[in-house]
Amino acid sequence: MKPKVILDSTNFEITINRLCHQLIENHNNFSESALIGLQPRGIFLANRIQKTLSQILKSKNIKCGNLDITFYRDDFRKKELIPNRTQIDFIVEDKKVILIDDVLFTGRTIRAGLDAMLAFGRPKSVELMVLVDRRYSRHLPIQPDYVGKTIDSIASQKVKVEWKEIEGKDTVWLLSNDQ
Amino acid sequence: MAIVKRSIKGMTKLSTKHLLGIKYLTPTDINLIFKTADNFKEVINRPIKKVPSLRDTTIANLFFENSTRTRISFELAQKRLSADVINFSASSSSVKKGETLIDTVNNILAMKVDMIVMRHPNPGAAVFLSKHIDASILNAGDGAHEHPTQALLDAYSIREKLGNVKGKNILIAGDILHSRVALSNIFCLQKLGANVMVSGPPTLLPMHIDKLGVKVETDLRKALEWCDVANMLRIQLERQDVRYIPSLREYSMLYGLNKDLLDSLKKKIIVMHPGPINRGVEITSDVADSKQSIILEQVENGVAIRMAVLYLLAGRNED
Repeated sequence: MKPKVILDSTNFEITINRLCHQLIENHNNFSESALIGLQPRGIFLANRIQKTLSQILKSKNIKCGNLDITFYRDDFRKKELIPNRTQIDFIVEDKKVILIDDVLFTGRTIRAGLDAMLAFGRPKSVELMVLVDRRYSRHLPIQPDYVGKTIDSIASQKVKVEWKEIEGKDTVWLLSNDQ
Repeated sequence: MAIVKRSIKGMTKLSTKHLLGIKYLTPTDINLIFKTADNFKEVINRPIKKVPSLRDTTIANLFFENSTRTRISFELAQKRLSADVINFSASSSSVKKGETLIDTVNNILAMKVDMIVMRHPNPGAAVFLSKHIDASILNAGDGAHEHPTQALLDAYSIREKLGNVKGKNILIAGDILHSRVALSNIFCLQKLGANVMVSGPPTLLPMHIDKLGVKVETDLRKALEWCDVANMLRIQLERQDVRYIPSLREYSMLYGLNKDLLDSLKKKIIVMHPGPINRGVEITSDVADSKQSIILEQVENGVAIRMAVLYLLAGRNED
């Protein structure tokens, strides 16, 4: 199968904008809310959302952190797990937290993310935002609250999100496993 | 389309199953341990300092020789990783009844223990044990041979303070002859590209130490003028089987670091000490407690380094 573009850069930007407006509906001016991007790839979406929200709300106080979940994973020893940096410069206690990742597949990363986040305090509530939701592939009862794009894919396929900051262009690809 | 695979810099696991000595590690291993320790240092400064990574692992700490810092540090590191821990000290065990090392360890392993942390008075005890048992072994000091986690945390502390170890001038001063810390430090610092000098009374410098590629200087002032970092080792009073030095007072006058000497140097050097300190012998109290001393940072980094080593070794178990 040829690689297929699921979101090109134009639609990518529209999607990000829509996600931001959905967030504003629920979180008003973000004074009680915080974004937490999951390492390694969720942080790009979190940073982009923070940047866009800052422009829309004309606010410089939108809290955004990076959370590494390596030490909380349930597949230690099955993979080589090298951690990334955790940086949360705000108090999570009593905040309305939005966990952010690029692709939601089995739900195991999010499970570990919930666990890891609790080490920083007890949030008032937690929501989940993903750019791509791969339906019908969950191993755990976890569903997103904000979705950029829902796709139906088979397990052997892969979803790859490319970011302007890293790969030079915003694109979401659907690949078969050997690619 | 060009698919950009996520590049992983360097290796992602240790080249060895045990940590027997720095001798057996590659520079890549050491850097991997440091990178992992950076993350654990962040973890131990969180409100909740514990992660569940090793919740399925049981670790036995076997201390055939006294220890405070290393033992507490290892135990804390294990608990912060959620491992189950059992402690064993030789003074209150069947070793006194004549049981051999291999028997003792095999009996402990029969109770389903996954890793062994061992301190032993005989050099090579950890290497010997690794040839006879399957579990991962961490050497927490074997006689005057090696003390790898101490060397790692020393080099890590230098890296943290100076940004890099490569090209830095590091002095190891004091009782080099009896010191496992000195040997492990020399190996570790050299693997990371530092210049190493040893200094001390000639009787406490091993013969042929220069064959390891280190500079030797018996005049402490000259040595201090040369270095960026001075690691002041303890005079090992318990190992002075013959009189290597005339008196502690004389040692302290000629080879001890005091505030006047420190302040008279041209540059501000960093002072380290692996502990326990004989205050007033190898360094005076005002030096140990001065702003140039990073002795307590070393202790904090010790927990992060030991967490990193335990995590990386435990992660290899299913190979």
